[in-house]
This record gives sequence, C-alpha cells and structure tokens, in this order.
Amino acid sequence: MTKRALIPAGVLALPVLIAACELAPKEGQQLGPRGAGMEQITNLSRVKAVVPPPDSVLPLTTREGQRAGDVYPELKVLGDISIEEFNILMANMTAWVVPADAAPENSGCNYCHNPENMASYEKYTKAVSLRMLQMTRTINTAYRTHVQATGVTCYTCHRGQAVPAHIWYGEADEAPRGVTNVRAGQNAPNPAAAYASLPGGFNATFFAGDRNIRVNTNQIHPTGGPLVPIQDAEHTYGLMMHMSQSLGVNCTFCHNSQNFGKWTTSRLQRVGAWHGIRMVRTVNDQYISPLQTTFPAVGWDGRARLGPLGDPLKVNCTTCHQGLNKPLGGYSMLKDNPSLAETSGPLARAAAAPEPVPVATVGAVVARLPDDKVAVAVMGGPPVTPAALQRARDAVAAAKGEM
Amino acid sequence: MGYQNIFTQTQLRGAPEPGVPLPAGSDARLGTGSYNYWLGKFTHAQLGPFYLGNLGLASLVCGFIAFEIIGLNMFASVGWDPVQFVRQLFWLALEPPAPRYGLSIPPLAEGGWWLLAGFFLTLSVLLWWARTYVRARALGMGTHVAWAFASAIFLFLVLGFIRPLLMGSWSEAVPFGIFPHLDWTAAFSIRYGNLFYNPFHCLSIAFLYGSTLLFAMHGATVLATTRYGAERELEQIIDRGTAFERGALFWRWTMGFNASAESIHRWAWWFAVLTTLTGGIGILLTGTVVDNWYLFAVEHGYATQYPATGAVDPLTIQGSAQ
Repeated sequence: MTKRALIPAGVLALPVLIAACELAPKEGQQLGPRGAGMEQITNLSRVKAVVPPPDSVLPLTTREGQRAGDVYPELKVLGDISIEEFNILMANMTAWVVPADAAPENSGCNYCHNPENMASYEKYTKAVSLRMLQMTRTINTAYRTHVQATGVTCYTCHRGQAVPAHIWYGEADEAPRGVTNVRAGQNAPNPAAAYASLPGGFNATFFAGDRNIRVNTNQIHPTGGPLVPIQDAEHTYGLMMHMSQSLGVNCTFCHNSQNFGKWTTSRLQRVGAWHGIRMVRTVNDQYISPLQTTFPAVGWDGRARLGPLGDPLKVNCTTCHQGLNKPLGGYSMLKDNPSLAETSGPLARAAAAPEPVPVATVGAVVARLPDDKVAVAVMGGPPVTPAALQRARDAVAAAKGEM
Repeated sequence: MGYQNIFTQTQLRGAPEPGVPLPAGSDARLGTGSYNYWLGKFTHAQLGPFYLGNLGLASLVCGFIAFEIIGLNMFASVGWDPVQFVRQLFWLALEPPAPRYGLSIPPLAEGGWWLLAGFFLTLSVLLWWARTYVRARALGMGTHVAWAFASAIFLFLVLGFIRPLLMGSWSEAVPFGIFPHLDWTAAFSIRYGNLFYNPFHCLSIAFLYGSTLLFAMHGATVLATTRYGAERELEQIIDRGTAFERGALFWRWTMGFNASAESIHRWAWWFAVLTTLTGGIGILLTGTVVDNWYLFAVEHGYATQYPATGAVDPLTIQGSAQ
C-alpha cells in the first residue's frame, strides 16, 4: 500500500474507531416476518453464564403425612401442607433469604423467629415473610400469564440476600434552583434508561399505581380529545428501555417495529410482558408498600429498609430478570416447593382449581385459566410455523367464543 | 492525477481579492484579507475581508444570547460542576415548558428560559436570512441562497413554533440538547404511530438521499474532468467539446441521459430545498391533521400487512383498566 492510499484508508477507518462498534462475534436470530427488523442480535462475548439456583435443602418425596397445622396450630398460612413439606420450605426460605454470614441472633431460624416462641411476630422479618409468602403464591397462581408453570420463589428475587440486589424507592423531585432549569427527571446518562437521555423515573411512574402506558391513539385523525403529549411517549420509552435492559433483549423481542402499539402483529412475548407489568404493580401496591409501617427504617444488618421518602424498597423487571429474558435461565424451583404455587393446600386445590391446560404450543402457550378465562403466554419455543400460528389463532378464537 | 486527490492541490497567491465596490449605505468590509495554507487545502486559501454589517452584528448578538441561555441552563442542571458539564454535555438539555402550561408564559425555571432561547435563536436565524438576502443583492447576485435557507428555516419554525401553536402547547416543541432532541424525535415518531408512514416524511427522505446522490455524482464528475478545466463551470455551460462535455458523455453512456452544466445545479438546488420543505409539511400535519400515520397508511393501502401472531390485546380479553 502506498503512502497516498494510507490517508483515504485512515479516513475510512475513522468512523469505525470513534463509533461505538462492537467487534465481538454476534449471533442473529430472526423473530418474525422480514422487513421490520424482527431479529435478536446477541453479542456472544456478553452472554453471561446462568448461575443455577441452589438445590432444595432436602428433596420433597411425598406430600402425604401429618399436616403442619396440626403441629403448629398458630400457622396463618401453609397449615394444610404436610409437616415435612413445611419444614423443607422453611429451610429453603432460610437458604434463599438469610445471608450466610449473618450474626447468630439473625441467622437460620432466628432470622425471623424468636427461638423461645416460634409463633411470635415480634421480629419484623416474620411479619414481612408472611406477606411475602402470600405474595409469592399470588404471583404463581394469579400471574401464571407471566411466570407460567416455572413460577418464582423467594430466591428469584433475593438470591441469598436479605434485600434483593435490584430494587427501587421513591425519590424527591429535584428542587428548582432559583430561576435555573432543572432536569425534569431526564437528560442525564442514566444506566437504567440505557444511557439515553430519556426520563429515568419510570419506576415511580409505571411500577406503582395504574398510569396509562399506551401513547398511540386508535384513530387516524385527531378528534379533539385531551393532548397526549410527546413527553408521555418519552416516559413510556424510558420504561421500555428499562424492560429491554432488564431482559437483555431489544424492542423487537416483543414489538413489531411497523407499529409499536399494534397487538395482533406483536410477538406473544408482549402479552407476557403486559401481565408482568401488572404483576409488578400488584406486588408493589398490594404487598410491599403496605409494609411501610412494618419495616424499620434501618434493618437488622444496618442497611436501609425504607427509601428517603419513607417508602419500602420495591421491585421492577430487573429484580427477577437480571439481564435474562427468563430469570435463572428458566429454571423452575417449584418441584420441591409446590405449595408456593397454590393458594391453599394440595387437597383443597385439587378439587377447586385444576391446572391450566395448554391447548396449543407455538413458541407460546395459549391456555384457559379457571379465573382469567384466556391467557396467551410465552415460551421461547421453536420458530413459529404458519400451521402452528393457525392453531394458536383457532385456540384463541375458540377460547374467546366460550367466554 | 493531482486534481483527483481529496485535498485541493492548487492555491492561488497574490494581493488578496478585496471584493467589488459596495453600494451606497453599506458598511466597510473588515480587514484586508490574508492567506492560509491549510485553509487552502480544504477551501479557498484567502481569509477575509469580512462584511459584518448591522444585520450580521444583530444576528450574532441574538445567537450568542440564545447560546448562553441554553448553555448556562445546562451548566446549572449539573450544579455548575464544570467536569460534569463536559462529561454529560451530550445528555443535557433545555426543555420546553410542561404540557400543563399550554401556550401561556411559564416561570423561567419551568420553560421560560426555553421560550427566551427560542425567541432569540429564531431572531438570530431570521436576521442571518436577511443578511444572506441583502448581501446577495449587494453583490448583484440572485437570491437563491436566501430562498434555500428559507426552506430550512421553515422546517425549524414548524418544529419549534408553528406546530406547537397549532397544537396549543409549547410542550410540543423540540428540546435544545444533543441526545434529548434525538430522543424527542424517536418519541415523536412513536407517539404518532410511526413517522415512516408519513408520505411527506417519505418525500423528504427521498429528496435528502437524492441530494446526496446528486452531490456525489456532480462532485465526482467535476473532479474527474478538472484536468480538462471542469472547475470553470460557467464556461462549460456554453463551450462544447470541453470538460463538461466529457462528463455529459460519460453519463449518457452509463445511464442514457445527462444533466447540463447548468441544469445539474437546478437539480441540486431543488432537491435540497424540497428536503426541508416536504419535511416541514410532514411535521406540520402530524398531530394536527393525522394522529396515527400507521393507520393512515392502512386506510390508504400502503402499509404492509404482516401475518397475525396470535397475540391479543389483554385489555380486550380482560376488560380491566389500562
């Protein structure tokens, strides 16, 4: 190469050097019809190995035997499972939540219980645990549209820590400084919003309460309704960046880029995500926020249990997902802890609420649930074939017709 | 092959060209002009003399005020920390007022500064436009540059002033800031159902890409024939058998027809002007006349129909809120 050729070569190479190019090998997977960027590109150098969850302290071999409620009459939950199953669950919960290096008065059973009086609720951790058990059962039963048969346990969030690693709490609005501009919760390199300058306040905006997320209207021409400002789209966009980051996927994992708001051409994953947002809201609004007066401001370990505004530490997508579109790589821990996926004991449940029956598998489960009527939920299955699609559509149509 | 290098190979030297005599009432030009070797690698080697004038001075002052308002607000937003100001500069912004203010005048900290910055920036741009018009007239030129600039100003005003007025809220305008205005653009497209399906957006892109194509074709043709004197474009309009005739021959051989030395510049001017003109119309119609461009495209039969996936809006199944 002559010296003259070096200059244009350098000029051509410059964009590669200054742009945020990732030169690592990548793997592309087509997720939908051509022409709309329906693909998932994985940077192979960034794929994290899934750390498998710990095994059950003891395997659960039978659900028969004496009921826990017969041994511990004060039980408010789980009284109708066997004492063996109950003890395994208690031991597992300890392994999932209690730090291994906790001081003796806070380790093992003592984390929640007064060893002199196991039934006492004098430790806040026990009151919280009761509510968390009820929450886990709600997630695994009422939100199978999101967690499916895989379900969650305490470990899905806690990962062996007293406080899950990924939490959020309310933050005070930035106070105006005289006549100078403030950021209105955006325009900062916020990792939670994928380093965009989008609003980062999606937690308080969308993961508590029931604020509308949709910004598209379903009409071609404006009809003079209230303005849906572009700022709303920015807030929704911030939320979507959070979901994308949390799951390690891009927009087209759920949406067809032709029209982000349209459901019938969206991937089935979007339905699962929709239920996930409602699940997070339920968890925060009905289970965690009401514990505000139960939690101390500072926990036994000296770390905060309430945010600066006095609200408990709450969850979002990252709390469970932690960069994977299936938390823990899709590993289910319910086999040895089946009572976490029941609203009551196994005997009552068998009669009252049959398992959801999958009626079509297309990389998705279209299921009829006892209470939810129809659920279209997600599994990372094989590529969708036209025949499988038709089966899914027929199943949805049939299920809707029966409602 | 010297002429075909990416750097200009020839530089003229001599007494700097002072320019034609100015009409009565004009200010004097500033300086006598000088030469710069490295400038000559990229542009003309002569620097100056400058013409500032009242319009130029007023435009620069207004532009400076707008620049300061934007910059100082950004600086304030990082607590006057110079390190963070540099580090976060691309993320920082001066945002328009919140939607609740409509078209009223908000407090300074809540969009008032944005209105002031927008006012002075608009004034600066309009004064600069007047300068391009008046300077062209003073030199006995046509006013093509001014009208091309006016097309760009039209898009600027649509985005920051005319459309917000029609929508009844300053909040509809674009924030000042590097990433924030890009995020605004993406959010704008999503809010209105995908700007991709806005026909005027399509036209604007066609003219934009067409402009680059024409620029590349014309620039390449002239560079490739400068050895025959193609840079003397005016002579080429009337003299056959010279440099431009070779270029014309080249294009007739490769694609069957060709622009003339004159008409290629008309092509370029119109493509450039229509880029911002059609783009501005597209923005102007968004939210005022059309609320969802995807549905507009479906109605008019130009949106691809992708197969249904089986996904159903959970709201239509459950009938619950949100």
